[in-house]
Amino acid sequence: MTDKTLDTATPRGGMPPLHRAIFVGLLVVFAVAPFVLYPVFLMKILCFALFACAFNLLLGYGGLLSFGHAAYFGGASYVSAHAAKVWGLTPELSVLCGTAAAALLGLVIGSFAIRRQGIYFAMITLAFAQMVFFFSLQAPFTGGEDGIQAIPRRALFGVFNISSDINFYYFVLAVVFAGLLLIYRIIHSPFGQVLKAIRESEPRAISLGYRVNSYKLALFVLSAALAGLAGATKALVFQLASLTDVHWSMSGEVVLMALLGGMNTIFGPIAGAAVVVTMQNYFASFGAWVTVLQGVIFVLGVLLFRQGIVGVIARWLKRPL
Amino acid sequence: MHDTRSDDVILSARGISKQFSGFMAVKDVDLDIRRGSIHGLIGPNGAGKTTCFNLLTKFLQPTAGTITFNGRDITSMTPDGIARLGMVRSFQISAVFAQLTLLENVRIALQRRRGESFDFWRSETVLAANNAAAMERLDEVGLAGMAHLTAGELPYGRKRALEIATTLALEPEMLLLDEPMAGMGHEDIERTAALIRRIAVNRTVLMVEHNLSVVSSLSDRITVLARGQVLAEGDYASISKDPRVIEAYIGVGHD
Repeated sequence: MTDKTLDTATPRGGMPPLHRAIFVGLLVVFAVAPFVLYPVFLMKILCFALFACAFNLLLGYGGLLSFGHAAYFGGASYVSAHAAKVWGLTPELSVLCGTAAAALLGLVIGSFAIRRQGIYFAMITLAFAQMVFFFSLQAPFTGGEDGIQAIPRRALFGVFNISSDINFYYFVLAVVFAGLLLIYRIIHSPFGQVLKAIRESEPRAISLGYRVNSYKLALFVLSAALAGLAGATKALVFQLASLTDVHWSMSGEVVLMALLGGMNTIFGPIAGAAVVVTMQNYFASFGAWVTVLQGVIFVLGVLLFRQGIVGVIARWLKRPL
Repeated sequence: MHDTRSDDVILSARGISKQFSGFMAVKDVDLDIRRGSIHGLIGPNGAGKTTCFNLLTKFLQPTAGTITFNGRDITSMTPDGIARLGMVRSFQISAVFAQLTLLENVRIALQRRRGESFDFWRSETVLAANNAAAMERLDEVGLAGMAHLTAGELPYGRKRALEIATTLALEPEMLLLDEPMAGMGHEDIERTAALIRRIAVNRTVLMVEHNLSVVSSLSDRITVLARGQVLAEGDYASISKDPRVIEAYIGVGHD
């Protein structure tokens, strides 16, 4: 028993063997997957997996339900698209620009939102996200209803040609995995430890002298930046930045992904994203019925297994996942 | 009277009041806590003890009055700010980080003092550097053998001990304990009383208590609150003979 506690609480090598195995397993699966499945579809899953994990960093580990994460995802996709198309930046720099913009946006919105809790927090994030949406609709550089189209895929670092889908896929895989590993590290860092304490008992954390709101804001900015990383990458995948990604329904979709996969898990949002994206792709022929199907699955998910897909598996294995 | 020994006073309140939508929970309270003493704040239910305690620890903002700690005006400071000054409180409902281990609970306190708490890019394994110090604190309260249990599994009395160990890890100059013995059985009360006596060496302790007999053996000085005001102050011998205290706190007809 002592061994188990040590294993999960203070892993000696930085990561428990089970988690390491899952990361390696996922990396291997995604590395060979484009030979079997359509790469653009896989890249969509990867981007949404990162988006859902970034969102869940705030919900699952900060206890903060944001209903405006589309602002960072979509906002970053516009910035990355603009950087690649108008400024002529290379993919990695375009993605960095988008991420930085999302972090900045997160800092502004977060510093207002973290002053409130629960439903008020959700409403403030939603209100700001709506402002970002209308800004995206009206601003001259976003292309309004058309969005930013035909974004070029320039050479990586200005050297490597990654314009084909299969080559670009490995760039996306690297970016997304770097993001996922960073999220894992944030959760299991000294900072993450303080977040856990705040989630368990906020008054106690305050009484120990922690500036609780600064930690929440830092988490908010990290979550927004990583959501931005996902959005910025997605824009280059589809060579398109559009209003879909800043729309409030995108904020809702990411909540669905996190809850379906399991919000108290590390790997849950990845599973949630895979399920939702797969449904949208393969049920696309049902048209508007996809939304109805999503709703039904969400209701069933919440009613039957509230810990989410991975949450249920974690319970079977009696291990945190 | 207060001014002559003001250099001995660590925490001082002058005319603090708290009004909740028309209701005066605490009215014009003066309080001086002498450095190195164990000071009891007692009173019957609804006397304003907890409100007063929350005012002193800044979890509530007073509507009037000033509070000074070590001669510094802390009236408008935040609760986490005064904790960083060395004045740390406990909670009536035992506040431990339930899903963390005992070791991790204490490390949370150590971690802040070492200033590594925003490091999100480092592995939490760096926190193992605090293990020895944390174990020392746990040992002081007799919990070293349970360091790897999760705090939620502890019986109630042991949670209070863990809370104290966590608080001590901050090496505070002053501890404010909110009903540290509330809801405890006889055995736990004695153990906790002994613990408080031990940690009060070289420290100042202010404790709120409902139960007069608990305070009597521990406190050097006692302030009695009733209806939000100071009714009497002194040592146990003088307090327990004061007819106003007997009437308001112990109740008429007590023998």
